[in-house]
Amino acid sequence: MIFDFALIVDSIPKMLAGFWMTFELWFLSAVLGMALAIILLLMRISGRWYLYAPAMAYIYIFRGTPILVQIFIIYHGFPQLEFIRESIFWPILREPFGCAILALTLNTGAYVSEILRGGVLGVDRGLKEAGAALGLSSTHRFIYITSPIAIRLALPAYSNDIISLMKSTALASTITLLDMMGIARTIVAETYAPYEIFLSLTVIYLILTWIIQKSIGLIEKRMSRHVRSEA
Amino acid sequence: MIDSELTNIIQLENVDKFFGDFQALKNVNLSVKKGERIVVCGPSGSGKSTLIRCINRLEEHNSGRIVINGHELTSDVANIDAVRSEVGMVFQNFNLFPHLTIIKNLMLAPRLVRKASKSEAHDTAMKYLNRVKIPEQADKYPSQLSGGQQQRVAIARALCMNPEVMLFDEPTSALDPEMISEVLDVMTDLARDGMTMIVVTHEMGFARSVADNIVFMDEGEIVESNPPEEFFGNPKNERTKLFLSQILSH
Repeated sequence: MIFDFALIVDSIPKMLAGFWMTFELWFLSAVLGMALAIILLLMRISGRWYLYAPAMAYIYIFRGTPILVQIFIIYHGFPQLEFIRESIFWPILREPFGCAILALTLNTGAYVSEILRGGVLGVDRGLKEAGAALGLSSTHRFIYITSPIAIRLALPAYSNDIISLMKSTALASTITLLDMMGIARTIVAETYAPYEIFLSLTVIYLILTWIIQKSIGLIEKRMSRHVRSEA
Repeated sequence: MIDSELTNIIQLENVDKFFGDFQALKNVNLSVKKGERIVVCGPSGSGKSTLIRCINRLEEHNSGRIVINGHELTSDVANIDAVRSEVGMVFQNFNLFPHLTIIKNLMLAPRLVRKASKSEAHDTAMKYLNRVKIPEQADKYPSQLSGGQQQRVAIARALCMNPEVMLFDEPTSALDPEMISEVLDVMTDLARDGMTMIVVTHEMGFARSVADNIVFMDEGEIVESNPPEEFFGNPKNERTKLFLSQILSH
């Protein structure tokens, strides 16, 4: 086969036009997902069954089903329910963008809350006891001792999840959104050149992944400065 | 309130503590007056650590009464926090907060619990860092200090809360031999200044020179409690004699 470089040069700027859509999907669901994850985490470690049981069920359902299925249920399924069409959320759920953000948020929230929980469980019990022995309230202990240490412990696993979230945004193209993947599919449909187009798209995603990886690496390094001892 | 609870800063009456089926404390009675120095010793698993951990409720006792400086320990959370802020504790593994510099380790509780201003908390912290003789380490992280230095920081951190009582849970057991004396020196200084102390330790030299009373525990019970001369010179109980022969033989 002939590899059409001219087509690549031509189509990369077009796909980059979808970059902002990809970025918005990724960034908004990462932020909202983190908020959801913190709520789920607090429910999960509350020690009260009526809080941790629903959180566990939620996490099980959203980690246990494909995100594509979740997107389809929200986009194709919800509009069939009258109470959703009449709810105040309809203006958001009517739009594919709102549906994609919702699905990605609900999904990543479940994963990230488990990652955060791993971090919290990794905090040495002795440190919490030291806080207690100094008279710190349980809230103060959580904010000033447990959280900062847990975040540091959770970062490597979190970097995995946030990269995986960036790649999941491509699924939004299945519900008509023109993110980079959506645009690529349109170009392929016009040119019948899947090889060139998807290969260029691969390179773009790899660059994005590299940027995220590097940024988290820098944060990790900064948060670990207390671990490095003086040589 | 009974009279003895006014004169005694720490009072334990008939305290029992269970871990599942295992009874870690059996009918323990102990009273400590202000300024008194108590050393608790005994074989491992005898309940020494459990005893002092019950005093600031890191462990919850199952029956009996524990009264600290007039506050009886119950499940009342605010009361527990109040007692804890008056009782300093030093752990075997130091338990310094690894993500905070030394000075911030010392300032955290006074800022949050005592609502001290930043400069107040800083001044107090530097005062106690000077007292444990490592003011130059203020801006380092715990991992950059030796074990002996970390334990001295831990003592200073507890002192910053201006406690009525200090509890030490095997403070030198995790230290390399050459660092033990620097920590014991700080503790001896503290005792000389009149601090009320309960020290769980195997350092019999320290016990002999500092303690008003040595409490010997075995299998969750207080077997014997006597001043050092009596304790070392004329132990009454067979278990005490056995323990002393084992610990002093080398």
